[in-house]
Amino acid sequence: MEYIRNFSIIAHIDHGKSTLADRLILRTGVCDVRTYKDQMLDNMDIERERGITIKSQAITLPYQAKDGKTYSLNLIDTPGHVDFSYEVSRSLASCEGVLLLIDAAQGVQAQTVANLYLAMEHDLEIIPVINKIDLPSADVERVIEQIDAELGLDPDTHLTCSAKEGIGIDDILEAIVRRVSAPRGDAEAPLSALIFDAHYDSFRGTVINCRIFDGKVRSGDTIHFMFNDSIYRVEEVGHFLMTRQKREQLEAGEVGYIIAGVKTVSDVSIGDTITLEDRPCAKPLSGFKEVKPVVFASIYPIASDDYEDLADSLEKYKLNDAAFIYEKDSSVALGQGFRCGFLGLLHLDIVQERLEREYDLSIILSVPSVRYRFTLQDGTELYVDNPAHYPGASAIEKSEEPYIRAAMMMPERYVGAVMSLCMEKRGIQKNMNYPSPSRAELVFEMPLAEVIYDFYDRFKSVTQGYGSYDYDLIDYRESKLVLLDILVNGEKVDALSQIVHRDRARARGVQACDRLKDEIPRQMYKIAIQGAIGGEIISRSTISAYRKDVTAKCYGGDITRKRKLLEKQKKGKKRMKMIGSVSIPQSAFLAVLKSDKD
Amino acid sequence: MIPEETALAGLYIHVPFCKSRCFYCDFYSVTDTGLIPRFLKALFKEIDVYREEFSGFDTLYLGGGTPSLLALHQIEALLEKVHKTFTILGAAEITIEVNPADWKKNDLKALQGMGINRINIGVQSLNENELTLLGRRHNRGQAISALEDAQAAGFTNIGIDLIYDLPGQTLAGWQETLNQALDFAPDHLSCYELEIKPGTPLGQRYELGEFPYPSQDLMREFFMRTSEFLEFSGYIHYEVSNFAKGMERASRHNRKYWDHTPYLGLGPSAHSFKAGRRWWNHSSVRQYLDDLAKDRMPVEGSEELTNEQLHTEALFLGLRTKQGIDLERHKLRYGHDLMQEKGPVLEQWGREGLIEIEGGFVRPKRAGMAVADGLAQL
Repeated sequence: MEYIRNFSIIAHIDHGKSTLADRLILRTGVCDVRTYKDQMLDNMDIERERGITIKSQAITLPYQAKDGKTYSLNLIDTPGHVDFSYEVSRSLASCEGVLLLIDAAQGVQAQTVANLYLAMEHDLEIIPVINKIDLPSADVERVIEQIDAELGLDPDTHLTCSAKEGIGIDDILEAIVRRVSAPRGDAEAPLSALIFDAHYDSFRGTVINCRIFDGKVRSGDTIHFMFNDSIYRVEEVGHFLMTRQKREQLEAGEVGYIIAGVKTVSDVSIGDTITLEDRPCAKPLSGFKEVKPVVFASIYPIASDDYEDLADSLEKYKLNDAAFIYEKDSSVALGQGFRCGFLGLLHLDIVQERLEREYDLSIILSVPSVRYRFTLQDGTELYVDNPAHYPGASAIEKSEEPYIRAAMMMPERYVGAVMSLCMEKRGIQKNMNYPSPSRAELVFEMPLAEVIYDFYDRFKSVTQGYGSYDYDLIDYRESKLVLLDILVNGEKVDALSQIVHRDRARARGVQACDRLKDEIPRQMYKIAIQGAIGGEIISRSTISAYRKDVTAKCYGGDITRKRKLLEKQKKGKKRMKMIGSVSIPQSAFLAVLKSDKD
Repeated sequence: MIPEETALAGLYIHVPFCKSRCFYCDFYSVTDTGLIPRFLKALFKEIDVYREEFSGFDTLYLGGGTPSLLALHQIEALLEKVHKTFTILGAAEITIEVNPADWKKNDLKALQGMGINRINIGVQSLNENELTLLGRRHNRGQAISALEDAQAAGFTNIGIDLIYDLPGQTLAGWQETLNQALDFAPDHLSCYELEIKPGTPLGQRYELGEFPYPSQDLMREFFMRTSEFLEFSGYIHYEVSNFAKGMERASRHNRKYWDHTPYLGLGPSAHSFKAGRRWWNHSSVRQYLDDLAKDRMPVEGSEELTNEQLHTEALFLGLRTKQGIDLERHKLRYGHDLMQEKGPVLEQWGREGLIEIEGGFVRPKRAGMAVADGLAQL
């Protein structure tokens, strides 16, 4: 245990987390340049394109330190978005230290601070690392000052590096060995291991990533998932190098994987504690939270023939994403589909993109919604996450919507802007304090519905990227809710309906009509878009007809070229859904939620 | 279903030479006129290749490039070769494209003597500044002389090519060009909207922001006004960009492209179509010369059109012409009953004034032709 170090790299987006991880992997020889792929830890296409990590991963790096001893450095990679903040917290709970990476040119940014606080909560050793010192715009001195003033860390503890150029990597590895404490734990005590990630392998089923705090586990053991209360027999344990390396056992202090015949990742809960059935630990590890979807939307195939394909794809996708839930649904306008639950809008985006990319599906997502609670006249309580199931104003005795408590950190100068944003979002201020002289913390209670829409983007925009926030669901509160319908050329499109606060309905209706006007391309005739509440039209916009297209020549006998162009355009049109006589693009359904203030 | 082939084929010959590249043009041509003799030799060889496959034509079109860069004796030799190899009907429409800078009255008279009965003059504009902007090598005076010469030479089927929607051009300026063109009472007018092609000198100037891209509304205004004015002046707007003084003056040759009549295209980059197959030559003159010198076909590619592809083509081509789509014929030839398959959309378009459905035909109206690409998405 003395020779194990468990650490993570945390950073603001684009500060070079993945590049540093790659460097560490290359330097410790887990993989040579030949098999080196850029940003190996982020191995999903989407992760690479968006530059964010979606799932947690772990890799064991063997390292011979200057003291002559060989250490196992376990690098646990963490996701970097508020939708996945629970997964981050479980990854950090598995570490003793973090590298806090800061871009030498950009300096301390919002996520630097947010991540620092997360690390502090877990009482981790923090090693500030200033990256990209090779850039001409690097200003190391300024960053050192920020480490002192803004982060409140000892500026003398910093390291400098250029992950891209491979400068300073050895110092980082040495610092991990010397400054991060070795894990503590009792290998002889009953097993307690924290699940921080799980992914699906088509040959072996679910592969569980975990940190062993006490005890040991080996193949043949019967293990007990304490929260899920399920029992499995261990088939294999081991470490990840670039691939799975089977081991005899995992013991206290180690990070590794367990394969135990678990069919799907949904059978595993992140944050759950693994113990042995015949010799259980006294109590589960703290910090467990059940992850529940908070945003709901329906997915429909653009071509109704693709329904079966969509069903198959969702089943396969679900194998590897425990947080995603779905059930059958149908829409008058869009036909057969599925109602799905997501952790947030980014999660929703990712699911949509993966379905399209990995399963080659063309899909439409309805307007996302939170889960409302209605008490009907007859006293029954009804949860509604799909506006199509809105019970009707006259049947409702009481309407309630979910509220969250949002904690926001930002430099003091943005307090005013953030406060007015939160007020606009129907927030109620609960607390404000100054953890350091120039930095403020605001706590607001807000309706979740206001937050899922465009809050993230707006918040980032008003704080110029320097703000960070996190939220927890707290309770349901009474609210005046109405159903806002959208009509396209007189025809109600149920997938565009939203449940909204009565006082906001008119503004939302106007906004939806404006956004749809921008999103729906001009067509061969004029299109009217209307917002309506209970039959009363509250907003309206018009898309004028297509006026002229380039039609000049039909090149001599080269009809082929023209036809191919047309075939391509028609293919593009397949990404639109025909509703009545109007083609509505995929993007329109999400766009109605976005405000136009940015 | 195999397309009917009762109609006689058309023959197109591409002369891929230009003295200089116009600033808007991205068609294939070369400026090395020294290659012309070799080109003709290769062309003759290519003509021989198709001796069996194509027997008779009732249209012949010499296009380019700039066919008027050939010497008269070369044209004569070429026509002689064509007549010797193929049967060209006595009543055939034989067209040549002429740049106003090239041939004078006597040359044009000589062409008449060779049996060329239709002349298409690449005027493009009658405004001096616009001609400079387009990089044409003729000026306004030469354009006017060419028109006068063509009439004086005795041509009774004269066509004029014009381009509109030029940078800075106003509707009034365009009207001025049209008025002056109509002074010559041409039998045929092709009015092309300027297509801004990336990579061309003019396209680059647009990209640099030197000229604003025309708005859809302005483009429509040009199109509608052109159509209204020329129809009022006695021309039939028989295809998106083409106007004729009576249907007998409409280009018989071009119409073959639009209704799947067979055609043979010779010369670099020329396209051919027969029996559901389309093929096309290499655009590169060098490649073309080299292939034929080595007794290889200069064909770059070909495709067998599926019935669905033929159907798609017939739709978009038909919806570009005033004649429109003959519903019964379309059903017989391509196996699609349009009213049954697309009835609601067609009726909606009818209500919107884009098309008319009448007497078994679906015809684009003027407003429909303005959005022919959109109609083509049917």
